[in-house]
Amino acid sequence: MKSVLTPLQSWASLDTWIIVIGALAAMACALPGCFLLLRRQSLMGDAISHTSLLGIVAAFFVSHWLVETNVISPATELSVRHVAMCLGAVIVGVLSAWMTESLQKFGNVESSAALGVVFTSLFALGLLLIRAVADDVHIDPDCVLYGAIEMAPLETFGTSGIPRAVVVNGVVLTINLLLTVVLFKELRLSAFDPALATTQGIPAHVMHYGLMGVTAMTLVAAFESVGSILVIAMLIIPPATAYLLTDRLPRMIGLSLLIGALSSVIGHVSALTLPPLIARSVGIPDVHDASTAGMMAAAAGFLFVTAMLLGPKYGLVSRIWHRLLLKLRIAGEDVLGGLYRFEESAPAPADLSLATERAAWLRSLTTQSWLARLATWVLLRRRWLIGSGSEVRLTDTGREAARTLVRSHRLWESFLAKHFVLGTGRFHESAEQVEHFLDRDLLAELDQDLDRPGVDPHGRAIPN
Amino acid sequence: MNESPVIDHEAMQEPQIRLVAVGATESEPVSPLLIEDVTVAYHHRPVLWNIDYQAPSGKLIAIVGPNGSGKTTLIKATLDLVPRAAGQVLIFGEPYRQQRHRVGYVPQRTSVDWDFPVSALDVVAMGMYRKIGWLRPVSRKYREAAKQALDRVGMVDFASRQINQLSGGQQQRVFLARALAQNADLYFMDEPFAGVDAATERAIVDILRQLRESGKTVIVVHHDLQTVHEYFDEVVLLNMRLIAAGPTAEVFTPDNLRKTYGGKLALLDQLGEKMAQPRSR
Amino acid sequence: MSAFSLLAADSLWELFSRAISLRDYNTRVVLGGTTMLGISGGLVGTFLVLRKRALAADVVSHAALPGIAVAFLLAERLVPGSGRSTSVLLCGAFVTGLLGMAMTLAIRRWTRIKEDAALAIVLGLFFGLGMALFTVVQRTKTGNAAGLSHFIFGKAASMVAADVWLIGVVSVVIALLCCGVFKELSLLCFDEEFAAARGYRTVLLDWLLTLMAVTVTLIGLQSVGLLLVVALLLIPPTAARFWTNDLKVMSWLAAAIGGVSCAGGVVLSAAFPRLAAGAVIVLTGAGLFIVSLVFGKERGLWPRWQSQRQFEQRIGRSDLLRACYELLEPILGPDETTQESLTKYEIDDLELSAMRQWPAGRFHGLVSSAVRESLLAANSQSGFRLTLRGAAEARDAVRRHRLWEIYLLTQTDLDPRLVDRGADGIEHVLDPQQLADLERQLVTHLPQGIPPSPHPIASATIN
Repeated sequence: MKSVLTPLQSWASLDTWIIVIGALAAMACALPGCFLLLRRQSLMGDAISHTSLLGIVAAFFVSHWLVETNVISPATELSVRHVAMCLGAVIVGVLSAWMTESLQKFGNVESSAALGVVFTSLFALGLLLIRAVADDVHIDPDCVLYGAIEMAPLETFGTSGIPRAVVVNGVVLTINLLLTVVLFKELRLSAFDPALATTQGIPAHVMHYGLMGVTAMTLVAAFESVGSILVIAMLIIPPATAYLLTDRLPRMIGLSLLIGALSSVIGHVSALTLPPLIARSVGIPDVHDASTAGMMAAAAGFLFVTAMLLGPKYGLVSRIWHRLLLKLRIAGEDVLGGLYRFEESAPAPADLSLATERAAWLRSLTTQSWLARLATWVLLRRRWLIGSGSEVRLTDTGREAARTLVRSHRLWESFLAKHFVLGTGRFHESAEQVEHFLDRDLLAELDQDLDRPGVDPHGRAIPN
Repeated sequence: MNESPVIDHEAMQEPQIRLVAVGATESEPVSPLLIEDVTVAYHHRPVLWNIDYQAPSGKLIAIVGPNGSGKTTLIKATLDLVPRAAGQVLIFGEPYRQQRHRVGYVPQRTSVDWDFPVSALDVVAMGMYRKIGWLRPVSRKYREAAKQALDRVGMVDFASRQINQLSGGQQQRVFLARALAQNADLYFMDEPFAGVDAATERAIVDILRQLRESGKTVIVVHHDLQTVHEYFDEVVLLNMRLIAAGPTAEVFTPDNLRKTYGGKLALLDQLGEKMAQPRSR
Repeated sequence: MSAFSLLAADSLWELFSRAISLRDYNTRVVLGGTTMLGISGGLVGTFLVLRKRALAADVVSHAALPGIAVAFLLAERLVPGSGRSTSVLLCGAFVTGLLGMAMTLAIRRWTRIKEDAALAIVLGLFFGLGMALFTVVQRTKTGNAAGLSHFIFGKAASMVAADVWLIGVVSVVIALLCCGVFKELSLLCFDEEFAAARGYRTVLLDWLLTLMAVTVTLIGLQSVGLLLVVALLLIPPTAARFWTNDLKVMSWLAAAIGGVSCAGGVVLSAAFPRLAAGAVIVLTGAGLFIVSLVFGKERGLWPRWQSQRQFEQRIGRSDLLRACYELLEPILGPDETTQESLTKYEIDDLELSAMRQWPAGRFHGLVSSAVRESLLAANSQSGFRLTLRGAAEARDAVRRHRLWEIYLLTQTDLDPRLVDRGADGIEHVLDPQQLADLERQLVTHLPQGIPPSPHPIASATIN
């Protein structure tokens, strides 16, 4: 344990700033991401993050050309460079959304294919241009890709000591938050039902391209500090995680912000601690840390998988657990019902012939299925059964439950007989299934539907 | 559920009640389609409850019921396209897996992308891919067979036409030809009359009658109540459960129709909800 | 731009000619292997695109990254120096690529997240993980020289012959396999349910397709790079679709487009070493795509626009000729409806244009093109005569129009005043077969030749 945390002993304000920058970028991305996810345009964000490269390079070309033709001075160029690149990325981002849509509409190309063609082509163009001017520019594709979040805190804003990246991402986050709050109901409606939104005066295409523009802007602002991998991951993974945890949009947005921030913390800490640990254990001593951006993306993915498995309502584990509980309940009820029927058909409680039969039945049931064994044990603990081994009997409470069950069984058989076209032999199997799901309300309804029958279609009494 | 002595005990003691004479009047040894106590559930929620049906041989049979009553699901469960939660299906006395070659299937026309780059002839030939076998191209022999099938539905002039240049009725006829090319003994057709022109409807009915003449059995999901009497010998009324089945004249009565179209049994819906959400109890 | 001048003109030409003439053995091998890669990519991609799964390949390529890094680390640990072997790295890539595919399937199967988001999630997660591992690799002693970054951006020209042979052979195998199961795959893509009903194991077929796509994606990593390799599977089939409605033709065309763009990319990037091979390959493909989009015979924009225009012209022409006939009709004698007699009369410019509400420009365009096609003969003043050909076409147009009008009147309950408008739209699309059918149906009403108009023809007011 000590060796794991050793790298953290050298924690500095630099590390804190890295986490803050990562968290701000992640939260800024999560906001448009929520709506992309709900509009089923998750891959559009991914595509825009690729094509933005072209926007950045194009902006560079244009500003460079303006300097060379003496329209603006190099000093002005330097001061507006970031804004220009952001603008270029937004323009190309919206353009690529538009091109995708046009290809779909006018070229009859299927939507995902259209998206793929547009983003690979534009990205390839961007890559080509950036290589062609690589010597003149400070941006190189590697940097855009990996980002340099480790270096980001070093470039401060003026003399305040606050890193520039914090300011940039903070501003973008604020803008996105404001937009989300102000346009909340419009965004929600147009994500849920664009046609209805349009009839309400919220034009679908304005919302669509607006969202694309905001996404592009957010991505570019984050690129510079954290790189495109992190951005691609943070756009969709935190909203998707939140989507698994809640059904309400405001809560989903809040959760996705939280998850974005959390991924940043977990990501940076694990970037410092995990790699040396794992690398040493496989015998590679000279590894001290890993890319923070990559680890933040991995952390977000880890949170997603956790939510996927352990989420309270939609989690796999909880679903399997509830199915298991159900099976256990059904097995227990089968034991109760069987015992009740033996009691019912015995002429007297002390009849020995049926007692042997019952013991044989119980034995075969509990040897065949571990669920029945477990269920019997649970019923004994709840004092619905007493006795042990194959000599168990119903207690009064147990008998009460068993009676309801047999009642459900026979009422359902009567219901089948009334409403279904079904061979008689089949009533029983269906009732075996359904008896476990009939609660008091449904039983009352059945009773009423059947006009309070006294006997089931087999002529057996329906207990009250 | 485990078979226990108690269960046998209870089931065997019961007096026999016959609600409907399922299969009792059948003189043929093997029914083309025997559905026994089939329940189909999506995500644990039953959409078809305990269906029991035996189809007579050499008849045109309509499956009729409101939207969402499980007509298509019944056909899909029969063809092993959706899993059955309970019950079994026998085609000519054996599971579908062993009788595939004797069954022709015409899915709903809207179930495929008609923009797909194939011609009408290609689509019909698809019915015979199984027979042609892996790794072999479609030979002239099969091409001719496909042409003949297209001829039977009056579409031979459109053999090389790309399928998105066909009208809805023509597309439906191509689907029908694909099933005919299989030369099966039992046909399932899912809404073949949906959205087709009058000429196509007549052509399909002619084909159905020809099939019956040659002793085939055809089971059709049908939505037009007006034409049931005219087109079909037998009818199966369905609404999540089997309402009635038998010769059209006997079964297709206003009373049965009211039962079929009078809404689902609310209880089944509530129960289905409970079975899908186990923790609600 | 100063950047481009860095390549001196003579060295540029020398490089270019070396590349074009394939003087280097290595260039030849790379060209052959990569072209094969493009061909198999086009073939497999055809089915992937038709199955609407094209972007899954993007996820596979991104998911390959952690596999490459882990394979390198493990190989270096076990047998130092073996970490750069392409086959070892590709094995790692294959494992995580499939793992990524499996995870998207699991997310779709077990959660309520839709396919597009599932793809985005897996892509982000694996790519991030890959990047983290990648930095770990770079910090090992041997990692710096590993050149693993070629997998990200692609570097076709620097591949060694052994790697290219591997790529070429695998591509050929994939292409052959694809041809072998061509009809089964086409059935899967067209009608999965029918395939299942016929007894095909659609899940296995689907995995076969996925496996082929994964393989092509991975062997493409080195030459195109993981960021862009999806284009190999995506652009050629999408471009080919514009040219044809036949699946066989489409797949061969896709293979050809894939092959050409790869070959072009390799040659160009050999000639200009500064250009990233992957980007050049994709852009060559994109160029072919744009050509297809515009000129593709079946679905291209230009042919479609062209046929639309031709259709409009045909309608305009027959409207004009019909107007000529209807203008002359009142002054024709009872036995003067033959072609010859129609040519005798002069048609006045103004009267003709008043027959329908033509905009002035459109009317003059129609008239001049009719004159050009010698349907009308211009007179000295502002008048014309019908030529023999024009008269024949005019009679034909009138006959179509009136037959259809009468059909609408007798077989449907349309208001007679609306009939003309209904006929205007349909008459142009009646083919000879349908015209004969119409005549047969109406034969009891009609004498041969041109039936009289069922409504008064006075002027444009009816229209």
